[in-house]
Amino acid sequence: MFVPIISKPATSLANKTGSWRTKEKPKFLQENCIGCNMCVNICPEGCIKSLDNNKFEADLDYCKGCGLCAVICPKKDIEMIGEDEK
Amino acid sequence: MKVFIEGSHAVAEAVKMIKPKVVCAYPITPQTHIVERLSEMVANGALKSEYVNVESEHSAASVVLGSTATGARSYTATSSQGLILMSEVLFNIAGMRLPVVLTCVNRALSAPINIWNDHQDSMTIRDAGWMQFYAENNQESHDLHFLAYKIAENKDIMLPVMVCMDGFILSHGYEVVDIATQEQVDQYIPPYEPAYKLDPQEPLTMGLLGAPDVYMETRYAIQKTMDETLSIIEKEEIEFEKTFGRKTPLLIEEYKLEGAEKVLIAMGSITGTIKDVVDELREKGEKVGLLKIVCYRPFPQEKIYEALKSVKKIGVIDKAISLGSSGPLHLEVAALMQSKGESKPVSSFIAGLGGRDIKPKTIVGIFNLMDKDPQGVNFVDLNKWYKEESAIMIS
Repeated sequence: MFVPIISKPATSLANKTGSWRTKEKPKFLQENCIGCNMCVNICPEGCIKSLDNNKFEADLDYCKGCGLCAVICPKKDIEMIGEDEK
Repeated sequence: MKVFIEGSHAVAEAVKMIKPKVVCAYPITPQTHIVERLSEMVANGALKSEYVNVESEHSAASVVLGSTATGARSYTATSSQGLILMSEVLFNIAGMRLPVVLTCVNRALSAPINIWNDHQDSMTIRDAGWMQFYAENNQESHDLHFLAYKIAENKDIMLPVMVCMDGFILSHGYEVVDIATQEQVDQYIPPYEPAYKLDPQEPLTMGLLGAPDVYMETRYAIQKTMDETLSIIEKEEIEFEKTFGRKTPLLIEEYKLEGAEKVLIAMGSITGTIKDVVDELREKGEKVGLLKIVCYRPFPQEKIYEALKSVKKIGVIDKAISLGSSGPLHLEVAALMQSKGESKPVSSFIAGLGGRDIKPKTIVGIFNLMDKDPQGVNFVDLNKWYKEESAIMIS
């Protein structure tokens, strides 16, 4: 019974770890954004991407809800909201 | 071809014909002669291997772990302190299902420091997930390495093997050994082609985190493999004889068990001495016999039980002890008999620790002692003065 334990590359993408998020998720208001990229750079998961100029979004499949993007945003254009809120 | 050869060199000759791509070991008495000879073979071109020099046994085991993971057949050897220094890596090699073969030239463990033979080193590592084969003589030391690679690299097994041979008694002893030919070895052991290997073209990770949701399954898989291996080894016994033209017991050897009432169970070189004593006592009409265990991991329970069915008294000689309990082999035989509902006595004898000679008269003494069904753990041939001394002063 040869059943080794191995993993192949890109499994960190296959693993949708956003399910670990326990309380809050970021909401990108997209009102006062100046496109400074601070939220992208501080995100420990690297799951924030730019959709367009001055328009960013977090990939909730991987976001852990740490809130660093909301804290760093100089224009307070990101706020943390409850998991069920929109 | 039969040659008069030192045990270590008989092993080196076997390894040469198996052609490992990587040999890595750190010198330690009494294992040194094996890898010393292999390094000569690599230096003069007789063996085309990568011979890696390292600074410790922990590193030696780590090198063969890595090289085997890349798909290169690898070999290492060690003894005593070296084996237990490797222990962290040994568990990893088994857990990663890498078919490394290691020769353990059995030697006692410190303290006190002692370079002579007993089985404490490999017995201490028995739970690592490695198969363990114990050689009686140098012919077996030579032959068991072919079996070791054949079994380890079997696609359904993929577990490491430790070939155990008694330090000095076998490793430094000269005997006539029927050395295999390259054609026989090539025919017996196919090239090593693992299902998974480390390859930059097709990257994968081995030895990763096994969280509670998968860890138990990996251990179950090893246990199941060990069970399945027993029947594969039994088939290899026939295959081995077909290829090499000689019969080598690979699980157990029953010696004069027909009609035997008192039977000793033992492993390694001591079984040769016991065979002589059994012959002598049989001539005198005593119904004695020997059950030699070659394959200790996996433990061939059913075979052992079948062999001992009509026996009245069992004695187990251990060259190791689980301090505070009993001899490891004794514990397993006693547990086996208990699980089968047998009430026959299974006595424990600890002998030959740290190289103390086990003489034929010692074996006769053990057979006599078995009449009294001695309880507990019986140290054989202890010095008589020991009880009176407050310290052992060595001048």
